[in-house]
Amino acid sequence: MRTLPMKKLLVSGAIALAAFSAAAAAIAAGTVEQPPRKSWHFEGPFGTYDRAAAQRGYQVYAEVCAACHSLSLLAYRNLMELGLTENQVKGLIKDIEVPDLNDDGQPIDRPARLSDRFKKPFPNELAAAAANNGKAPPDLSVMVKARANGPDYLHGLLTGYVPYDKLTPQQIKEYAVTKDDNFNKYFPGHKIAMAPPLADDKVTYADGTKSTSDQQASDIVEFLAWASEPHMEDRKRTGVRVILFLLAMAGFMYAIKRMVWSDKH
Amino acid sequence: MASSHGTPPVFNNKVISWIDHRLPIFSYIEKEYHTFPTPRNFNYFWNFGAIATVMLVLMIATGVVLATNYTPHVLMAFDSVERIDRDVPQGWLMRDLHMNGASFFFIAVYIHIFRGMYYGSYKAPRELLWILGVVIFLLMMATAFMGYVLPWGQMSFWGATVITNLFSAIPVVGDSIVTWLWGGFSVDNPTLNRFFALHYLLPFVIVAVVALHVVALHVHGSNNPLGIDPKGPQDTVPFHPYYTMKDGFGVVVFLIVFAGFAFFAPDYMGHPDNYVPANPLVTPEHIVPEWYFLPYYAILRAVPDKLGGVIAMFGAIAVLFVLPWLDTSRVRSASFRPIYKWFMLVLVVDVIVLGFCGANPPAGFWIPLSQVATLYYFFHFLVLLPILGKIERPLPLPPSIADAVLKNKAG
Repeated sequence: MRTLPMKKLLVSGAIALAAFSAAAAAIAAGTVEQPPRKSWHFEGPFGTYDRAAAQRGYQVYAEVCAACHSLSLLAYRNLMELGLTENQVKGLIKDIEVPDLNDDGQPIDRPARLSDRFKKPFPNELAAAAANNGKAPPDLSVMVKARANGPDYLHGLLTGYVPYDKLTPQQIKEYAVTKDDNFNKYFPGHKIAMAPPLADDKVTYADGTKSTSDQQASDIVEFLAWASEPHMEDRKRTGVRVILFLLAMAGFMYAIKRMVWSDKH
Repeated sequence: MASSHGTPPVFNNKVISWIDHRLPIFSYIEKEYHTFPTPRNFNYFWNFGAIATVMLVLMIATGVVLATNYTPHVLMAFDSVERIDRDVPQGWLMRDLHMNGASFFFIAVYIHIFRGMYYGSYKAPRELLWILGVVIFLLMMATAFMGYVLPWGQMSFWGATVITNLFSAIPVVGDSIVTWLWGGFSVDNPTLNRFFALHYLLPFVIVAVVALHVVALHVHGSNNPLGIDPKGPQDTVPFHPYYTMKDGFGVVVFLIVFAGFAFFAPDYMGHPDNYVPANPLVTPEHIVPEWYFLPYYAILRAVPDKLGGVIAMFGAIAVLFVLPWLDTSRVRSASFRPIYKWFMLVLVVDVIVLGFCGANPPAGFWIPLSQVATLYYFFHFLVLLPILGKIERPLPLPPSIADAVLKNKAG
C-alpha cells in the first residue's frame, strides 16, 4: 500500500499544525504568574451563561465598576437577553439620566431609555484620564476577549491584590512598591492604578447569595463574558447543527465515493 | 484549451444546444470538468486545490456581506466590527467564518504547496502552473495582511506599522515610499481607507490568477503521486464523477474541522490584543502577525540588519519562483527519491521551527535558533536541491500508473 504512509503524513502534519498553533497561543499568553484555573458555566462546547450569576454581575457592575469603567458597546435593551423582562430592565435604569440635546440644540440630561447605550461615567477620554491620575480606565465591553485566558485572568486580577504589609521586602524592593501603590499578583508589572474594587458585602444580592469578594468577582466575570459575546449560545447551538449536518453529509459522500470508485479499485 | 480529449459533446436540451453553439460554456464544462482525463491514483493530498477554491469562494461571499456593514474610519472601524458581531442579523456568523476562514484558507494552501513540493508538481511542463500558484500565495498574503488591519485593534495598527515600515529599509527612496503607502506621515485614516479598498480588490485578482492556474493545469493535466505521465486511458479516469466525488468528500471533511474552530473556538487563532482598540500611543509588549506569517516574520528578524532582513523575507518567497530550476532531479515524486524525501520532511520541520521563532520575542536562544533555521531554509533551496538532483540515485519508476495501482492492489 503506497497510500498508507501518505495518510500517516497527512495526519502527523495536521497534528503538527495544531500543536504549532497551540504553542503559539500559549506563548502569546506571556510570562506573568498565571491566575488560578476556575471552571465557568459558559465553558465548553455546550456551555451557557449562568443567567442568575450574570444578573448579579450586572449589579456589581452598576454599583461598583460603572463609577469608572464604561461599557459602551452595550445598550440597556441587551439586558433583556439575561432573562430580565422589559419592565425589570426599565426598573433597573429608572434613575439613570443620559446626556442628550433638546429641540433647541441645548445639552440636557433625560431619563435613560432601553435603546440607549450604557451611560459612560465620564463625558470623554480626557475627563476620564484627568479623574484617574492621568490614565483613563479601559472600556469593559470586550475585556474578557481582550486578555489572554480572559475569565480566569479577570477573576484573578479582581481577587489578586496583596496589601502593602503582606508584601515581602524582596517584592517591595524589586517592584519599587510604596504604601500608595496597589500591588496585584496577576497584573503585568504588579503595580496597578485601580485600587482593590471589591470587598466582602460591598454589594447586597437580592437573591440571598453570600456576597464575598470572590463571589462578586465570579459574577462580574460571568456578566462581562456575556457582554463581550452576547451571541455565544447562538454560536454554539448553530455549530452543533452545522457539524451534525456536515458529519451526515461526509458519511453520504464517502459512501457514494466508494460506490463510484468500486470498479476502479 | 487542450483539444486532445474527446469529440464535442451533443446536448439533448435545445436551449443548452442553442447557447453552446454561440458561447461554448457547456462544452467547456463537459470537457474540462466531466470527461477530463485525470490520473487514477490521486491520494487525499490532491483534494487541497479544490478545498482552497471553496475557501476562496467562502471568503469572498462572507467578505462582501461584511463590507456592506463595515466602516473604514479610524474612529469607527473597531465599533463597526463589534456592531456586526452584536447587532447585524447573523453578523457574528459572517465574521466568525471570515476570520477563521482566512486561517483555514492558508492551512489548505500550505498543504497544497507541500504536496506540490513533495511530488515535484512544479517540474516540466508545469513550471508556469507553479509560478502562478506562488503569485496567488503572494496575493493571499497581501490580502490577509490588509484584512487583519481592518478591525483596527492594537495588533491591526501595530502590525500595519511594523510591516509598512519595512519599506523604509530601501536605500534613498525608502522613507518616501513609506509616506506614499501610508498616505500621510503615520498609519492613519488614509492608510485604513486604502487597505480596505485593496482588501476588497485583491480577492478578485486572486480569482483571475486562479483561473489562469486552472487553465495552465488543464493543458498537461494534473501530476500524481507517482510523478509519471499517464500513458493511456487505462491510467486515467474521467474527472466526473470520480474526482468530483472524492474532492467533495474531502471538502466536507475539511469543513468539519473548520466549523469546529469557527463555532467552538472562534478566537483561538486570533490575538487578544486585537480586541483592544488601536492606540498609537501604546505599543503592545510583543507585536506578532497572524500565525500563518510567523515563519516569514522569523526570517525577517533573524537577520541583524533591517534591509538584510527585508531582503531575506522577500527572498524566502522569491526562491519559490525559481524552484523548478533549482531542483535538478528529473524524477518528480519524492516516493522515488530516497534522499530528497527526507530532506523535504526536514524542510517542513524547519518551517515549523521558524514559526515558533516568529511567535517568540527575539531574545535568548530564539535568536540563534531562528538564524540557523533561516540558513537551513535557504540551504535547502539554493544548495541542497541543485546538488541532490545530481548525486541522488532514484528508485526505478513503475512502467505505468495502471501497472502500479494494480500491483499495489495485488500486494
